Amino acid sequence: MDYLLHIFIVSLIYAIFAISLNLELGFTGLYNFGHVAFFGIGAYTSALLSLAGYPVTLGMVCGMAVAGGAGVLLAIPALRLSGDYFGIATLSFGEIIRLFFLNERWLTKGPMGLPGISRPAWIGEGVTGLPRFLIFCTLLTLLVFLVVRHLTRSPFGRALKVIREDEFVAQAFGKNTLFFKIRAVAVGSILAGLAGSLWAHYISYISPADFTLTETILVLLCVVLGGRGTHWGPVLGAFVVIFFQEIIRFVPIPADFGRFVAPIQGMVYGAVLIIFMLKRPEGLLPEYKE
Amino acid sequence: MLKIDNVTKSFGGLMAVHDVTFQLDDAGIAGLVGPNGSGKTTLFHLITGFYKLDRGIIHFNDKRISGLAPYVISRMGLVRTFQQTRVLPFLSALENLMAASPRQTGERISSVFFQPRRVKLEERKNRQKAMQILELLKLKPFDQHLAGRLSFGQQKLLELGRVLMAKPKMILLDEPTAGINPTLIRQLVDVIRELARRGIQVFMIEHNMPLVAEICEKVFVMDSGSLIFSGTPSETRQNPRVIEAYLGSEDHVA
Repeated sequence: MDYLLHIFIVSLIYAIFAISLNLELGFTGLYNFGHVAFFGIGAYTSALLSLAGYPVTLGMVCGMAVAGGAGVLLAIPALRLSGDYFGIATLSFGEIIRLFFLNERWLTKGPMGLPGISRPAWIGEGVTGLPRFLIFCTLLTLLVFLVVRHLTRSPFGRALKVIREDEFVAQAFGKNTLFFKIRAVAVGSILAGLAGSLWAHYISYISPADFTLTETILVLLCVVLGGRGTHWGPVLGAFVVIFFQEIIRFVPIPADFGRFVAPIQGMVYGAVLIIFMLKRPEGLLPEYKE
Repeated sequence: MLKIDNVTKSFGGLMAVHDVTFQLDDAGIAGLVGPNGSGKTTLFHLITGFYKLDRGIIHFNDKRISGLAPYVISRMGLVRTFQQTRVLPFLSALENLMAASPRQTGERISSVFFQPRRVKLEERKNRQKAMQILELLKLKPFDQHLAGRLSFGQQKLLELGRVLMAKPKMILLDEPTAGINPTLIRQLVDVIRELARRGIQVFMIEHNMPLVAEICEKVFVMDSGSLIFSGTPSETRQNPRVIEAYLGSEDHVA
């Protein structure tokens, strides 16, 4: 039962993470391959502040703010590149941030990571706090879902889609495309920061190994599998991917082969991602009906 | 209205537009003609800021527009279409039009959350205007269709409708009738004339010479990057340089 609660909580955190990426990838057409950086920045900011004795809520808000600020700082130069080159720039940004966590020991304790990150006081630590943490996550996911849905259904969201479909047309009709894209990345990064800080306070221990390319691919898979540019797609994608990941634990695997499981899992994710992009780019929940 | 002075643009060794100077004043509908590769589309790209010019100045309503970003020029009321149809395929016909409306309050994130009533009201007006335009274009039954699913001719009409949404003072049309059937051409021409009647200056690249003669009050002719002639359609058809540019000189023919 507790394990099921755990899976739900992780799924919800990934749902927020995927929704934030979907705003950039699905609605604006920006291939951000370094999105995990903002998840990590949110996690570390929030963790460090709460370890320094500040309230968890303040830590989470600061985590979102710092992630958003980092998003803008990345976006301004990176968005001068188009298409694939933006993807490469963000990919390297993700790596840079991971190396920062790894090497700036005075701040992040390096590979040791940060243990003992507390949860909000009303939730409580350990297994007893799980139901309340689930409620907390559900409320936040709902809030994020509604905020992003409202935003993408507004003229702002419509302008993002115009940019996704044809950037030149957007410019020909008076849209400051760079500014729109910067704002999309900013909002996406803030929400990824929220997901990251939730992760830190839930797992209570973070290290640079939690914020690698694998996590980027995982969240990318959530969005692509679920359905780019839809409201429910990333949520569905997150649940499918996280449940799949956890179910694998119950597959009887001979002890000798245990060490192969993780790499094979990565291969399966990559393969599913490629197959979906080729064969069903619209995902499980398509944005448009025929 | 539009004043182009000594505009030059080259790509590597190719002089695409060479020292072009002309002025366009409230002429209703004006045409830009010339053989393929004579620099017409490049000139449009230069006017609308999609290309940077090498030399020269462009003024629109006495304001210098050369060097400004495309979206700034568009907001000043100088709006263009593209040579290839470029509707937004995965947005509905209605959304295609609504998105083209300039300076929407709801494009600011803060307004989306803190001025919802104002945004809603503006959206309603915007939708009404878009529906009126769809009616004018006889596209009203297709308002919820994805633009990418419309026929080629309907997409051309939709592009024109999008320009109308942008409240332009002047529009640049890049081959609006290319590749569409005669019936739709008539419909398109009606719309273009309607625009001119509403006081919008139309400047169009067009290869269909009878059509140019029919609707344009003034014609500019380009050849090999230079402006070689400007005048009324009948003057244009009789001008020896224009004939030479289109048919080749006698030396070559011989």
